[in-house]
Amino acid sequence: MLASAIIVFRETLEAALLVGIVAAASRTISGRARWIVGGILAGAVGAGLVALFAGRIALLFEGAGQELFNAVVLAMAILLLGWHQIWMSAHSKELAAGAQQVAKDVREGRRELSAVFVVIALAVLREGSETVLFLYGLLSGGDTSKGALASGGLAGLLGGAALGTLLYAGMLRIPLRWFFSVVSVLILLLAAGLASKMTQLLVQADLLPSLVSPLWDTSSVLPSDSMLGILMHALAGYEPRPAGMQVVLYALTIAVILVGMWLVRRSASPAR
Amino acid sequence: MKTLLPFVACLLLGISAQAAGTDPEFALTIRDHRFEPAELRVPAGKKIKLVIDNQDSTPEEFESHELNREKVIPPKSKVPVYIGPLEPGRYPFVGEFNARTAKGVVIAQ
Repeated sequence: MLASAIIVFRETLEAALLVGIVAAASRTISGRARWIVGGILAGAVGAGLVALFAGRIALLFEGAGQELFNAVVLAMAILLLGWHQIWMSAHSKELAAGAQQVAKDVREGRRELSAVFVVIALAVLREGSETVLFLYGLLSGGDTSKGALASGGLAGLLGGAALGTLLYAGMLRIPLRWFFSVVSVLILLLAAGLASKMTQLLVQADLLPSLVSPLWDTSSVLPSDSMLGILMHALAGYEPRPAGMQVVLYALTIAVILVGMWLVRRSASPAR
Repeated sequence: MKTLLPFVACLLLGISAQAAGTDPEFALTIRDHRFEPAELRVPAGKKIKLVIDNQDSTPEEFESHELNREKVIPPKSKVPVYIGPLEPGRYPFVGEFNARTAKGVVIAQ
């Protein structure tokens, strides 16, 4: 039971923290709840489908199919988060001044909502498919009873979702004038963390060089299976033994988004 | 600048190894939720291609914090995982879906 609880918890937490941050970030847009719930449901259905075809996906591209598939899913999430971040920076002043104003721009609001939907669906799909495979393996493995498996899985799911909800509730308590800066930093770290994970997969499939492996080792200071390590991994892509290439892409993602934000803000400010 | 040199050297080495495409290959079999061999000796300082053959009828996840690797191995299939180049030492790995029995270690020397 414990094993299934921990695995499901870890996978759920990563998706739940992303959902929590994105849900908080889109607080000013009316009608977002439907899109968030829709994203979670679509992701769950997608996870089932991916798990169903996992065997076939894995064997594509000489056995690199799984890494490529996940890397593409991650790349789409990174692009959406980066786009959201840059869009926000052009509107941050209005957002901080009066939360309702931006929501009036229906067209942009709708575009934003479809991004929320897709980014949540992608996160749930990626984390969920592994969970489904694991639970399937346990079920057919036979050494754990179905009751224990179900209660473990449920405990993990609830634990992960609770932490995501906690983060969301905590973020909503942040005063509005700081709120969008906090959201901005969290999304930046989230996107960079996903870029690092994507790089790790491409190194594992030998599609990118590792450069140095590992670049550093902080596993004795903050192990990746400690609670804080798991949390930092989910929030900011923390890894105790990253390949050099992961660190390069992590930094590059932050740099590209920051430059994008700066360019958008610069071109937007003289007009107002 | 001096501190950058090893980094640049690694970069060039990494790219040249990439071009050569002749990474030493090692086989790892999963049977009855156990790894065979449970101890895999590999040369240090080289990128290694691990070919993992899951003969069980359930999926397994090859996972190692030490190797910074995580990959689902579908039932009845054979997939590659690239690791290293490694410093000499011991790198434990587990089959996360059956962590009680599926344990092993890569020994780089």
